[in-house]
Amino acid sequence: MAAVSTLPRRLATRLLDIWAVLVLVYLFLPIAVIILYSFNTPAGKFNFVWKAFSLDAWRNPFKYPPLVEAMKLSLKVASLSTLVATIFGTLMALALCRYKFKGSGVISLLLVLPLTTPEVVLGSSLLSLFLNLNAQMGYATIVIAHIMFSVSYVALTVRARIRGFDWTLEEAAMDLGANPFRVVMKVTLPLIAPGIAAAGMLSFALSLDDFIITLFNSGSRVTYPLYVYGAQRAAYPPQINVMATAILATSLLALGLSVMWQNRTLRQAMVKE
Amino acid sequence: MAGTASGGARQSKWGPYLLVAPGVLWLLVFYVIPLVTLGKTSIAVVDGPWWSGFQRAFTAYGGHFGRSIKFAFIATLFGIALGYPLAYLMAFRAGRFKNLLLGLVILPFFTTFLVRTFAWKTILNDSGPAMWVLNQLHLMPSGGRLLNTSIAVIGGLTYNFLPFMIMPIYVSLEKIDRRLVEAAYDLYSGPVRAFIKVILPLSLPGVFAGSLLVFIPATGDFINAELLGSPNQQMIGTVIQNQFLQVRDYPLAASISFVLMAAITMGVLLYARILGTEELA
Repeated sequence: MAAVSTLPRRLATRLLDIWAVLVLVYLFLPIAVIILYSFNTPAGKFNFVWKAFSLDAWRNPFKYPPLVEAMKLSLKVASLSTLVATIFGTLMALALCRYKFKGSGVISLLLVLPLTTPEVVLGSSLLSLFLNLNAQMGYATIVIAHIMFSVSYVALTVRARIRGFDWTLEEAAMDLGANPFRVVMKVTLPLIAPGIAAAGMLSFALSLDDFIITLFNSGSRVTYPLYVYGAQRAAYPPQINVMATAILATSLLALGLSVMWQNRTLRQAMVKE
Repeated sequence: MAGTASGGARQSKWGPYLLVAPGVLWLLVFYVIPLVTLGKTSIAVVDGPWWSGFQRAFTAYGGHFGRSIKFAFIATLFGIALGYPLAYLMAFRAGRFKNLLLGLVILPFFTTFLVRTFAWKTILNDSGPAMWVLNQLHLMPSGGRLLNTSIAVIGGLTYNFLPFMIMPIYVSLEKIDRRLVEAAYDLYSGPVRAFIKVILPLSLPGVFAGSLLVFIPATGDFINAELLGSPNQQMIGTVIQNQFLQVRDYPLAASISFVLMAAITMGVLLYARILGTEELA
């Protein structure tokens, strides 16, 4: 490369660095506020203005039963919808990657479409269906909705991860006398597991965070985001910030563990080579 | 799973259909059919012609539509302006800090959307830190405010969807063959020219995907407008939500929702026409 390290170029590089730092500050400003205000003693009903440092909310994170119930419901919904969506989505990704079949183009389109539909349309159209069927809104309808939007994310994530894999390994295992069940357990699953784990975590995070679609299909049930929505109108205790910080810390831990796991898998692969 | 053909993709009669069946059924029943039901609901007017819901969607809520599209459009432009340089830095100059930076970009979005937006309310309110700084610098006219303005709403929209802009741009920049850039330098093009002639055109698919991933959810969003704006900043999502869940005028609510989807679909198709049709995922 012809080294062009002129003054204007160095200046441009410096400006780029400063810009990037400013964008990162913008990204983290609200996060800092969320964590900081979990240590606040709110002046009134709303944890809105800084008053004094306190550990109260961290000592009594479960002080408000409705908040705890909302969190429990969210975790239940996220677990069940993630389980179902991960199975459905992974099967779709496997089919799309490994087989040539008529209609695969339409199916790929069907997977992308929910992502290009605004959430408010997804939520309201599902509500019209449930209204038409006279369905009782509640836990079941929330889970149905969450599976619907998660399937696409799972299928697309897994497909992106397993594209270009060397599937001849399966045939090699079969040639060596392994039965199909053993092949799936010993070859296929270990190969695609990191992709499935990533997709599952994404699905869980999306479910835990979803507000708009849930609002339309929850009936009288209250998930964690719905609780926060109500709270910002009535009373917003610092325990909400404690929960948000806990979710952040848990995600960070899960993210770190999955990165470690992937690095280990990579290293093992390299050692074998 | 018995192998019938050798190599990557296989030929099989029923295998793939069995694998996709549960997911496809779920999407048909809970995505496609609901959209049809939405259309039916929109024309199931009790008193008046079938199109009266659509008529009212335009006459009574045209302003909301216009504002939603305007806010989402500006947020998309801000997203490119903020996100592109950061994505560029991650792809070309971050070196061993690349993964750390990627993590940092995603990390904020593991806190709840609503809690994050409420945090902006804490920052922007009249006695909050942002106003304090602006007042100290004498940058804010007396009586001026940040919360309950269009600036706050657009800022919130930009913030909440920024990673969806950064990630696709980063991926498309990362894919660029570095030898192309070097070739441009060898042919005596300066850094600016190399950027405009080589890097920028090759990263456009990322900008395209990112713009869609920001614009679509931003148009339908109503949390930012409700938490950070005044009734003057109300967006179309609030109207849909309100008509469906409080007023319960279902034909009108469904009409508005339908028009929003139709407008976005047409916009996406037009945009794909102009910028080339890159697959979204």
